[in-house]
Amino acid sequence: MEINKFEEVFEGKLAKNEMVEPKDWMPENYRKHLIRQISQHAHSEIIGMLPEGNWITRAPSLRSKVVLLAKVQDEGGHGLYLYTAAETLGISRDELLDNLHTGRAKYSSIFNYPTLTWADIGAVGWLVDGAAIMNQVMLQRTSYGPYARAMVRICKEESFHQRQGFEIMTRLAFGTEDQKAMAQDALNRWWFPTMMMFGPPDAESPNSENAMKWRIKRETNDQLRQRFVDQTVPQVQYLGLTVPDENLKWNEAKKGYDFSEPNWAEFKNVISGNGPCNKERLAARNKAHNDGAWVREAAQAFAKKRNEIYVAA
Amino acid sequence: MTTQEALFQYTLRLGDTNLILGQRLSEWTGHGPFLEEDLALTNIALDITGTAKSLIEYAASIEGKGKTEDDLAYFRNDRQYFNAQMTEQPNGDYARTIVRQAIMDCFDFYFYTELAKSKDETLAGIAQKSIKEVTYHLRHTSSWVERFGDGTEESHNKAQTALNELWQYTGELFEMNEVDAVLMNEGIAVDLNLVKTKWEKHMTELLEKSTLIKPENVFMQTGSRKGIHTEHLAYILAEMQALPRMFPDAKW
Repeated sequence: MEINKFEEVFEGKLAKNEMVEPKDWMPENYRKHLIRQISQHAHSEIIGMLPEGNWITRAPSLRSKVVLLAKVQDEGGHGLYLYTAAETLGISRDELLDNLHTGRAKYSSIFNYPTLTWADIGAVGWLVDGAAIMNQVMLQRTSYGPYARAMVRICKEESFHQRQGFEIMTRLAFGTEDQKAMAQDALNRWWFPTMMMFGPPDAESPNSENAMKWRIKRETNDQLRQRFVDQTVPQVQYLGLTVPDENLKWNEAKKGYDFSEPNWAEFKNVISGNGPCNKERLAARNKAHNDGAWVREAAQAFAKKRNEIYVAA
Repeated sequence: MTTQEALFQYTLRLGDTNLILGQRLSEWTGHGPFLEEDLALTNIALDITGTAKSLIEYAASIEGKGKTEDDLAYFRNDRQYFNAQMTEQPNGDYARTIVRQAIMDCFDFYFYTELAKSKDETLAGIAQKSIKEVTYHLRHTSSWVERFGDGTEESHNKAQTALNELWQYTGELFEMNEVDAVLMNEGIAVDLNLVKTKWEKHMTELLEKSTLIKPENVFMQTGSRKGIHTEHLAYILAEMQALPRMFPDAKW
């Protein structure tokens, strides 16, 4: 078969909403785009363990401690499925991690913001996981089979996380004055960074066009952002908190809210390494990896010895 | 000492030991030597903290003063904590964490196997659930003791150093006082001499298999049965309890 025949088969699958599987032919750009997207997603899960893990030892009740531990463990588990999905595209975990540790690979910029109070743990679950779910629900139907299947499981767990975050916010918002102030402060700091999670406006989104064409993505950044705002504002109202946006207003004609654009200059800065925690996050990952080197070596040396004994016997 | 008083202190001792160990282990979450191991250790932390929660909740109900598990966990000072000193020792490198955990898992395995037969139904129930988890923990940490002991020279030395430094806290695990005496009479508490024999045999075999040397003639530290700890516990509590103490009227 000539290349254009392969391409026809590939395009045919996309047209029929069929999954592309690891052994199928796929255009090189499609493969590269997926490796980039899936590994970014995996890195985000692993880096995301840091700001949330930051509060495990300080969780204010035994129940919230256990729930947070389980949540952070889930995030690590998501990282594991996603690295495995990326590996089906012909790249090794070592290469992927190396890209992360050297700063060549990106991860979700949201995790470059600090978790300063316990309310931030609520806000991260409620808003950040909420926004992530918006992106991820559509990825359950994405064209690449291993990615789509990983997302089905991940989405189930993420909706638990969002509920857990909202539960923390509820307790704070209906708690003492101090707790309510803590909740409002967290909302003030996380609102716009969360809106940025959907990526730049459609007109300026460099990777969107191919992603839509290949059904790796199924809705645009702006569509998702609008849906997030429309869904979240009533929740803010229920909590008796205020969205930190003076321009937020219901627009009857579009049956949705009008709202301010996030500060895209800040977004670009955080992406290029100048966020409050970029350096710390990468340093923490590098330290864990480097400190773990002798552990991994010991495991390999031990396995080799046992294997030799086994072969000799 | 009444049975109720003894049962309260006994349950608190077990709860505190799990809570502080879980607290230490959870410091590793997100920082493990590789992803699979990060998940495994976090899972152990989760199980142990869950057991702590059940035990401290039960202690609060035995005390009968209307306190919750969180009142007990967050509003007692270090001198009112009864966790074994072993559990509050810093994580150090991964070998040290694993050696400490293997020592505790092995203890827990035999301890909860006995406690599962307790005449106190709640303790027996918690023990029965715990033993399923501890069986897995022990398998996991023992396999790492073996890998470290018989892996590279570096891992061997790190594991041996950890053993040499931590062994002084093993004696305390088997100490019995009036609390134990009162409850053993009632068929509630475990005879720690029995656990000690099994624990020693198991550890001896594990260390031998791992080419590690079991420390001998070690002077054993003591104190936790009286609420006396190493310097580390007060820092652990300062971190763990800060938020509820800052806002004592708040519910979380």
